[in-house]
Amino acid sequence: MTQTPPKTELAPPKTPPKETPGFCVPEPSARPGDTPDFSAISALKDETAARPDSDCAPQDTFFMKDSLIRVIGDDHKAAGAWDPHLPTKTLRQGLHLMLKTRLYDNRMLKLQRQGKTSFYMKSRGEEATSVAAGMALRTCDMLFPSYRQQGLLFARDRDMVEMMCHCLSNARDNLKGRQLPVHYTWKEGNFFSISGNLGTQFPQAVGYAMASAARGEDVVTASWIGDGTTAEGDFHAACTLASVYCPPVILNVVNNQWAISSFSGIAGAGSASFAARGAGYGLPILRVDGNDFLAVYAATDWAAQRARAGHGATFIELVTYRADAHSTSDDPGRYRPKNEAELWPLGDPIERLKAHLIALGEWDEARHEALEAALSKEILVAYKTAQEHGTLRDGPWAPTPTMFEDVYAQQPWHLRRQRQDLGV
Amino acid sequence: MTMSNHAKMTMIQAIRSAHEVLLQGDERVCAFGEDAGYFGGVFGCTQGLQEKFGKTRVFDTPINEAAIVAMATGMAVNGMRPIAEIQFADYIFPGFDQIVSELSRLRYRSAGQFSAPLVIRTPCGGGIYGGQTHSMSPEAFFTHIPGISVVMPSNPYDAKGLLIAASESDDPVLIFEPKRLYNGPFDGDPHKPALSWSAHPKGDVPTGHYTVPLGKADIVRPGNAISIVTYGTMVHVARETVRAAGIDAEIIDLRTLVPYDMETIAKSVNKTGRCVVVHEAPRTSGFGAELIAQIQEDCFYALEAPIKRVTGWDTPYPHAHEWSYFPGQERVLRAITETLEA
Ligand SMILES: Cc1ncc(C[n+]2csc(CCOP(=O)(O)OP(=O)(O)O)c2C)c(N)n1
Ligand SMILES: [Mg+2]
Repeated sequence: MTQTPPKTELAPPKTPPKETPGFCVPEPSARPGDTPDFSAISALKDETAARPDSDCAPQDTFFMKDSLIRVIGDDHKAAGAWDPHLPTKTLRQGLHLMLKTRLYDNRMLKLQRQGKTSFYMKSRGEEATSVAAGMALRTCDMLFPSYRQQGLLFARDRDMVEMMCHCLSNARDNLKGRQLPVHYTWKEGNFFSISGNLGTQFPQAVGYAMASAARGEDVVTASWIGDGTTAEGDFHAACTLASVYCPPVILNVVNNQWAISSFSGIAGAGSASFAARGAGYGLPILRVDGNDFLAVYAATDWAAQRARAGHGATFIELVTYRADAHSTSDDPGRYRPKNEAELWPLGDPIERLKAHLIALGEWDEARHEALEAALSKEILVAYKTAQEHGTLRDGPWAPTPTMFEDVYAQQPWHLRRQRQDLGV
Repeated sequence: MTMSNHAKMTMIQAIRSAHEVLLQGDERVCAFGEDAGYFGGVFGCTQGLQEKFGKTRVFDTPINEAAIVAMATGMAVNGMRPIAEIQFADYIFPGFDQIVSELSRLRYRSAGQFSAPLVIRTPCGGGIYGGQTHSMSPEAFFTHIPGISVVMPSNPYDAKGLLIAASESDDPVLIFEPKRLYNGPFDGDPHKPALSWSAHPKGDVPTGHYTVPLGKADIVRPGNAISIVTYGTMVHVARETVRAAGIDAEIIDLRTLVPYDMETIAKSVNKTGRCVVVHEAPRTSGFGAELIAQIQEDCFYALEAPIKRVTGWDTPYPHAHEWSYFPGQERVLRAITETLEA
């Protein structure tokens, strides 16, 4: 059932009121102690969005710039043209992986709090944006994530002990203790090396996709950045490249409303949606309820089909909410209401998929509890095993001479000399 | 000079106090950066200032370092005195082009018709397990650019006085703030309990307006046996090294790297005849190379030993091996001893 796309109407320009002479500095609807106004998001809760064919002209997607693709409604049922009609096995797998991601995050946070490593970043509330996308892509597809897509690793069945050893920077860390925790790399899993410098991966992903296209390979490349990062030049570089060369790439913006303490308005969300920016580059756009597992799956699948069929790039805005702190160095209570996550109108991705499965008669509380218990146990076992290989605090770490390796393919004289200077 | 009271301040508090003095005293001053407005910066250097001075004077910027530098440049050209924060020195590079090709050359290429008096501040250096993207000391890249001054304070008193002097300067100034020193001095031993600025003489800071002049080094320890030329965190490491070893070293805290205080350096090296240069940044083409080249030109006949460098290694800053990378007391002492024995 496909409906005709509604005619695009230009929203009236928003001119924030001027308090004093001067320029405008946007403010979020609520600060600590206030009640946030999410009515604009609530108004987008609609499962009747049209689904253009994946080989459509980019312009045929532009009507979506201010709406949301949704499948799971507040009645917990799947509805509308975007329903991917997944087998219940896949739905249960999605629930499993999202829950695993969340419990893993909780465990790793504890580990950081115990002083065993330096730093951690959770993805609480955003699990669907990576798990569903990861499941919709094939394992041969290439991923250029930011630091908040650990769900992709779970979707690709990355060994949890290996993930933990990286976060512990211990002797078994596949990155030899060089990177800050959560900056994973996993080449065999087609998972690029995560950079701490925001946005750099976005245009790199386009280049990677162009190389695949040049060789005629059937590989789709997908990348993710945050709402705040869209302000960086690299975001615009990626969009320009993607619109010029039409490579098989999916450019995802995870709009979780916050960039550390800055709300999305500081990245310009008050003037136009992020999806609208993609449209500005002439890229086909999908704006998605990022807490709806089925919607994220369907949108990613649409974009992957389009890329594989040779129709080029897709820009996806995933509207979600960062339900926890930015990182272990952050205290969100200082800049946003404590209960904002509970008031977020698009709910929680795990709760929504769970309720959907229960509504289908394919899940129940007892099974959910059993799954949670089994996952917790699996994580605890992995955690104990990982710690046997050391921790950042107590070692052992990769052998010290390795810190002079991989700067170049061959170690030049000056690094050899510096290693000798260190006496290792 | 106004008479002012003193207070115990951390480096963060001293930087905040400098902002406050500047914002209060000069309506052309404004401060901005990623998370610098409402939140007051991820290290708190502008905390409480938006509330006090309003949103158009202290505000958040989008995450785009090129935009931050370019916007500050435009504002400064049009009569304002912006103080821009780059959240970490490691993230200044998207703004590099604006600094190298625009900001620094504006006065020169317009034959003095336009200039952009502004300050860019950014936390630098390691010692906090920040990994390769929160630990860099990239000052050397910037000392190579004609037209900007480069500053690195090592204590709260200097941090405030230099920031005020920088903001009042008619040329752009880039201030690198060693983040390992924000909350207390650090002598290079990560196993010791953290020290506090309140017990340090330079943690005693005037609450009002004062300046520490740009281009003037500080002799933090007078001595006769050897000159140690350093800046930032390494000032404290060098100091503790010579104290523990009982070496009569003269320690020079450069404070300003461009233009550096060659007069003070030359006077010291001509007196001691020996010199070690210490910085946390990597070795090859580091600022130490410039210092040594100039010292040997100016003081060659007074030198009794080759000048040595103690630096970070020529690798990205590793996470787990942070303390093998950081040029700690052992490495500093070895260089001093070798230079004394040469
Ligand atoms: C080039 C660069 N500038 C600044 C930073 C510091 N920083 C790290 S995360 C972050 C906020 C990013 O927000 P967003 O893009 O929305 O992603 P989210 O954290 O919400 O997933 C900032 C400013 C950085 N890592 N890189
Ligand atoms: Mg965000």
